[in-house]
Amino acid sequence: MIEGLLLGLGTAFSITNILMVVGGCLIGTFIGMLPGLGPMSIIAIMIPIAITIGDPSAALILLAGVYYGAIFGGSTSSILINAPGVASTVATSFDGYPMARQGKAGKALTVAAIASFCGGTIGAILLMIFAPALASVALLFHSAEYFALMVVGLSAIAAFAGTGQVGKALLMTLLGLIMATVGEGALFNLPRFTMGIMDLQSGFGFITLAMAMFALPEALYLVLDPARSNSGKANEEIKDLRITRAEARAIAPVVGRQSIQGFLIGVLPGAGATIASFLGYAVERNIASKEDQAQFGKGSVKGLAAPESANNAACTGSFVPLLTLGIPGSGTTAILLGALIALNVSPGPRLMIDQPEIFWSVIISMYVGNVILLVLNLPLIPYIAKVLTIPRNYLIPFILFFTLMGAYIGQNNATELLILVGFGICATVLRFADYPLAPLLIGFILGRMLEDNFSRSMQLYDGLRFVLERPMTMGLLALAVLLVALPSYRARRARLRSQGIASGD
Amino acid sequence: MALDRWIALIVLLICLAYGYTAFFTMDEGLPPFMRRSPIWPSTFPKVLSVLTGITALLIVIGVEKSDGSIRDGGINYRRLGDYKIGQAAGLLALMVAYALLLRPMGFLLSTSGFLFLSATVLGERKWIRLLVISALASGFVWYLVQVVLGIFLRPLPYILT
Repeated sequence: MIEGLLLGLGTAFSITNILMVVGGCLIGTFIGMLPGLGPMSIIAIMIPIAITIGDPSAALILLAGVYYGAIFGGSTSSILINAPGVASTVATSFDGYPMARQGKAGKALTVAAIASFCGGTIGAILLMIFAPALASVALLFHSAEYFALMVVGLSAIAAFAGTGQVGKALLMTLLGLIMATVGEGALFNLPRFTMGIMDLQSGFGFITLAMAMFALPEALYLVLDPARSNSGKANEEIKDLRITRAEARAIAPVVGRQSIQGFLIGVLPGAGATIASFLGYAVERNIASKEDQAQFGKGSVKGLAAPESANNAACTGSFVPLLTLGIPGSGTTAILLGALIALNVSPGPRLMIDQPEIFWSVIISMYVGNVILLVLNLPLIPYIAKVLTIPRNYLIPFILFFTLMGAYIGQNNATELLILVGFGICATVLRFADYPLAPLLIGFILGRMLEDNFSRSMQLYDGLRFVLERPMTMGLLALAVLLVALPSYRARRARLRSQGIASGD
Repeated sequence: MALDRWIALIVLLICLAYGYTAFFTMDEGLPPFMRRSPIWPSTFPKVLSVLTGITALLIVIGVEKSDGSIRDGGINYRRLGDYKIGQAAGLLALMVAYALLLRPMGFLLSTSGFLFLSATVLGERKWIRLLVISALASGFVWYLVQVVLGIFLRPLPYILT
C-alpha cells in the first residue's frame, strides 16, 4: 500500500494534475451551485474536455474534482437559498437554511465544509483499505461471476428505488440494456437493430445519452417552472465563518459516525449519497439527547454536519465498486465509467495491477480535492455565490448550448444533436411520470459488458450450464432475484393490508 | 390511465417489435459456422425482450401501483398548461434548428443566433447587451474548442469557405 501511495503522490502532485483538481473543484462548485444542475449533468458536460486531455489519470482527477465540487456547491445553495441543486443535499437544507435565516450563514457554510472535508477524507482512507482487498477477491472471478455480479448490481439499483418504484426502475434498466444492443457488438461484428441507419452503426453515443437523460430534462424543468431557479434570495451577507470550540466538540462524534456509515452505504450499488444523507440525518436525530433533538430542523449544527459528512463519504464509497469491479453503483459513477472506457481504461480488479498510477492518483486527488474545497473554496464562497444572481434569461440558453456542445464535440456529428433533442424530450416525459432515469444510463453502460460476459460463459460451458456448475454464480443470481422480488412483494403486501384496514372501517 | 402506464404500454410495443426482430428476422443471414455456437447474436436480445415484456406488462396492468402523488419539486403533467410550455417548445425548436444549421451556417453565426433567440424566447428584451454577450460567448467557445482543445469547428458559413 505504501508504494502505491508513493506512486499516487508522484502522479497526483504534477503541476498539470494539481491544476486539474483545483480547476475541477472550482468549476464543480460554480455549476453545482446553480439550481437544477446536478453532478451528473456537470460531469456529462465536462467529459468531452476530459477526453481531449488524453491522459486518463488527469482526466479522472479532473472529473472527480468536478464531482466533489458539485456536491459542495449543491450544499452551498441549499444553505443560502434553500434550493438544493442536488438531491443528496436536500437533507442539508433542513438545518442549514434555518441557520442562514438566523444570520449564521457563514457558520453554516463552515460546518458544512468541515463535515464534508472529514467525510471525504475518512471515506478516502476507507477506500484505500477496502478497494485493494475487494480487488484481490475479484481477481478470482470468471466471466460467469462477472455476469452474475452485474445482474446483482442492476437489480440492487432497482431494489433501492423505493416503494412503488421497483417495477419502473427495472423497466428503465432493461430499456437501457436494450439500447446498448443497438449497433455492432464486439463479439459478433454484426450490426443489430440499426434499421439500416448508418448513424446507428456504432450504437448510441453515451455522452449524448447522458446529456439527454440528465442535463436536458433539468434545463427544461427550469424553463417550465421558473420558480425552481429562484426559490429564495441570498440577501444576507456571508460573514463570520468561524465556529466555536463547543460546536466543534458537538459535531466531532457525528462526523465520525456518519462518515463511516455514509461510506458503507455508498459502496452498495444503487444506494448512494442521497440515501446516505437522509439516513444519516435520521439516525443522528434519533440518537441525540432530548434538548438536541428539539433543535433539529431549527438550525442544529449536528443536523447540518450529519448529512454533509454522510453524502461526501458516500460519494467516495461509490468509487469502490467502480474501481475494483468496474461496476458503477450510481448514475454519476456510471458516467465516470463511460468516460474511462472512452479513455481506453477498463476499470476492474486488473486496474490496480495494470495501471496502478490511475488508481492511486485518484485516491490522492481525493485528499487534495478535499483540502482545496476547505482552504480555497470556503473563503471564496461569498464571491462564488454571486453566480446565483445570473438572470434566468441568460442562464438557460447557456445550459442548453453547453449540452448541445457536449454531444457535438464528442462525436463531431450533427445527427447526434437531433438524437439528443429526441431523447431529451422522451426523458422529460419519463420524468413527468416519475420514472427514474439513472437506471437507464447504468443499464446502457453495463449492457455491452454484461452481454460479453454472458456470451463468454455460454461459450466456455457450451450453454447455460455455467449457472449450475459455478456455485458462486448461482448464489449471486439468486440474490439478484431476491433483491427484486422482496421489495415488490413487501410493497404489495403493505398495500393489500392497508386496503383491508380501509374496508374494515 | 395514468401517464406511467401509458409509457409502459409504449415500451411494451417497442419491446414487441424488438422481440419480433430478435426471434424471427435476425438469424436469417447467420452464417452456418455461427449456428453451431451456443450463443447467437440474437440470444441476449431474446432474453431482454422477454424480461422487458413481462415487466412492462406488470406495470400496464397495475400490479405495482405508485401513489400517484407529485413529488416535491416535480411537475404536474396533468396541468402542463400552467407551466411555460410555450417557452420550452420554442427552445426545443431552436435546438433542432441549431442542429440542422450548425454545419451550413458555421459555428459563430449559428451559435450567436441560438443564444440570442433563445434568450429572446425566454423574455429578454435588452437587445444590445444580449447581442454583445452572445457574440462574445460564441467567439470565446470557438477559440476554446478549436484552438485549445484542437477540435475542428467550421467558424464561417459554408459559402464563405
